[in-house]
Amino acid sequence: MESTDIGLWGVPLAILGGAIRVSTPFIFVSLGETITERSGRINLGLEGILVFGAMTAYAVAVMTGSPWLGVLAASATGAAFGLFHGWICKFPKVNDIAIGIALMLFGSGLAFFFGKPFIQPSAPDLPAIPLGGWSNIPQVQAALNINVLFIIGAALAVFLWWAFKNTRAGLIVRVVGDSSDAARAMGLNPDTVRLLSTGVGGALAAIGGAYLSLYYPGSWSEGVSSGQGLMAVALVIFARWNPLGCFAAALLFGGAGALGPALQSVGVTQGYYLFYAAPYILTLVIMIMTSSPGRSLAGAPGELSITK
Amino acid sequence: MIIPPPPPPTDKAVGVETYGMTMRFGGFTALDDVSIKVPAGSFHALLGENGAGKSTLVKCMMGFYHPTSGQIMVDGREVNIASPKDASALGLGMVYQHFTLVPSLTGAENLVISRQHVPGIIDWGAEKKALATFMERMPFKLPLDAPVATMAAGEKQKLEIIKQLYLGRHFLVLDEPTSVLTPGEAQEVLGLVRAMTRSGDLTVLMISHKFHEVTAFADDFTVLRKGKQTGAGKVSENDRKAMAAMMIGDQPIATLDSRSPVQSDAKPILVVKSLKAPDRTGLKSIDIDGLAVKSGEIVGIAGISGNGQKEFLEVLAGQRQRDRGEVVVKDLPYNATRTEARTLNVRFIPEEPLRNACAPRMTVAENMAFRTFDLDAKGKPVAWISSGAIRSFAARLVEQFKVKTASLASPIAALSGGNVQRAVLARELTGEVDLLIVSNPCFGLDFSAVAEIRARIMKARNSGAAVLLMSEDLDELLELSDRILVMSDGALVYETPIATASVQTIGEHMAGHH
Repeated sequence: MESTDIGLWGVPLAILGGAIRVSTPFIFVSLGETITERSGRINLGLEGILVFGAMTAYAVAVMTGSPWLGVLAASATGAAFGLFHGWICKFPKVNDIAIGIALMLFGSGLAFFFGKPFIQPSAPDLPAIPLGGWSNIPQVQAALNINVLFIIGAALAVFLWWAFKNTRAGLIVRVVGDSSDAARAMGLNPDTVRLLSTGVGGALAAIGGAYLSLYYPGSWSEGVSSGQGLMAVALVIFARWNPLGCFAAALLFGGAGALGPALQSVGVTQGYYLFYAAPYILTLVIMIMTSSPGRSLAGAPGELSITK
Repeated sequence: MIIPPPPPPTDKAVGVETYGMTMRFGGFTALDDVSIKVPAGSFHALLGENGAGKSTLVKCMMGFYHPTSGQIMVDGREVNIASPKDASALGLGMVYQHFTLVPSLTGAENLVISRQHVPGIIDWGAEKKALATFMERMPFKLPLDAPVATMAAGEKQKLEIIKQLYLGRHFLVLDEPTSVLTPGEAQEVLGLVRAMTRSGDLTVLMISHKFHEVTAFADDFTVLRKGKQTGAGKVSENDRKAMAAMMIGDQPIATLDSRSPVQSDAKPILVVKSLKAPDRTGLKSIDIDGLAVKSGEIVGIAGISGNGQKEFLEVLAGQRQRDRGEVVVKDLPYNATRTEARTLNVRFIPEEPLRNACAPRMTVAENMAFRTFDLDAKGKPVAWISSGAIRSFAARLVEQFKVKTASLASPIAALSGGNVQRAVLARELTGEVDLLIVSNPCFGLDFSAVAEIRARIMKARNSGAAVLLMSEDLDELLELSDRILVMSDGALVYETPIATASVQTIGEHMAGHH
């Protein structure tokens, strides 16, 4: 496949491709965090869960030769971490944010410890679907080479959006997240609901990690995550706890992340590395834009510790 | 599998009786041999001060508490109510003073999710149809598709009642159901509930402090005092005075000073000019075109909560930034700094004083000395703070204002609501007061505490302080104010001197009809 010179058109195309490629972990982590936060808890430990998920997925894929078994194993460990968070937070006077930070460090550290032997061997990648076959331009083909997990993530976003309105489980999560008192009056146990929500959130975050090590960048190292797990938390706030908003925001973050490499690829040699910082700057800008000393956040679940 | 919605409840009103209900918590008897009879289809009022045992009685009926002794009869049969679930199976339900609706869910979602059996996947088409049929038989009309958070307090209260009926409950306990409603809304809600009792669909046991509601709507009443039943009877055969006497017994009640006339040449102390500030959602703003409070008068601000009173107060207290406008106290611009408050003698009693005017974990003495701890006897700043002076100052105030505390060194959060209110009042009313800003000073306090606090405010007025009083309790405003203003949607929309004030007109303006 010889490369065709398409000039500056390469930049938006690379951003689009990058958005799709880079956004997948954001999608999974932010959807997981949406479920958790909608139930009234914040799990900042998702970064640690993501890294541990990346390691687990890679290790299992190396040992079994199946990337899908890796994803499955990752989600199981993520669920375990999430349940651990939910279980500790059940105790009175435990702060979910502090536990989250502890879990973040714990998950990363544990992943580095167990992951040492897997830095060298290479694991099979997750499959991608070439949707760019209609075009002769290799850049288009590259951009539209879409991983299965991205499609699953998109479908999941739509499903969650529907489920929050139309299923018993969705409504229960919203009730618990908005008012513990109302939940108790209905005979629901908020701790149980939050425990399960944090578990599901952890499982999804770990799948995001699996994508990192098994597809893009596609290898396991200690620097596999560049803070996606933390940025996804900001993203959930930006998306106003709406799964569809999470999907859109994840694409936006992904696009911002692809800006640096895209500029580099069209031959910008000076200052492109500044654009590598785009996602972080975007996080900051969003946090500043969405905060205000004089008003409370619209749409925030009422039981969230940051809004109380 | 999709389970069809349950058939709309068709049962008739349920009658409830208690016989010899006694409830002891350790050595404390909260309820002592109380027998009340609420026949099916009647509207019964339960009266009593805070701590008289009303909620204990009701919680025993609802299965939250297990009475030490005594029986409950539902429709003449003795029943065992071990949990709230048992109570609801018998058709007994309760509407709490604080809403138990989930704010971000719509009315329909709130109704459906509160049901005992909710299908895994909710078929909204069928549910909406079933709800529409159900609502046809209800006296209230409500927008069920709007999130509860956007509803007015009256609508929320109606939805709470509808929820109980939707769940098939035909004996309702209403816990001070009108405390958050406008007079108009209160009339409407109670009127409709009463109509339902008349038609035999519902039995109501209402906890209330408001005698005019009891006399207008209830058939019978029961009075509790200190856990004992001190009276019962037909509303039509007893007047308010008799009921009040049963409630409070022979303890003395502080009476208001007679109102000295406002001097016609009294100087305005507080002047607010074209004030604009964002409200807490940031989407709307409050606009106060002009407001002046003169020395020796009480200006009351009425309004349903959430219409900008809180924000206005926060601006005056310096807790919220203003976009533009001026606050002038005694001809000087006022920015709510400590120095300004001190030199201009501005004092402030916000609502929920434990949260807004106290450091909950600091001691009672420290909290009472917040205004003065860094000054010496001559009002000059001191370099060293004398804890002895703080203690003796607090001891004097505790004595004077009858604050009940185990010790001056206990954290103020350990005090009861009324005593926190008294402690803050003592701090704010001691020394010279030229401007007093008060918000909901009597919320949740009992009869005698309320009377005492109102008397103190009136006293401050009579000795020349300008008082700005915000309250959600219209009766309180009518009792204390010289002028009443109505705040609606962030603006002052109506003003009337007390002599010509009519509850009807004020209520209409509160509800946004102007």
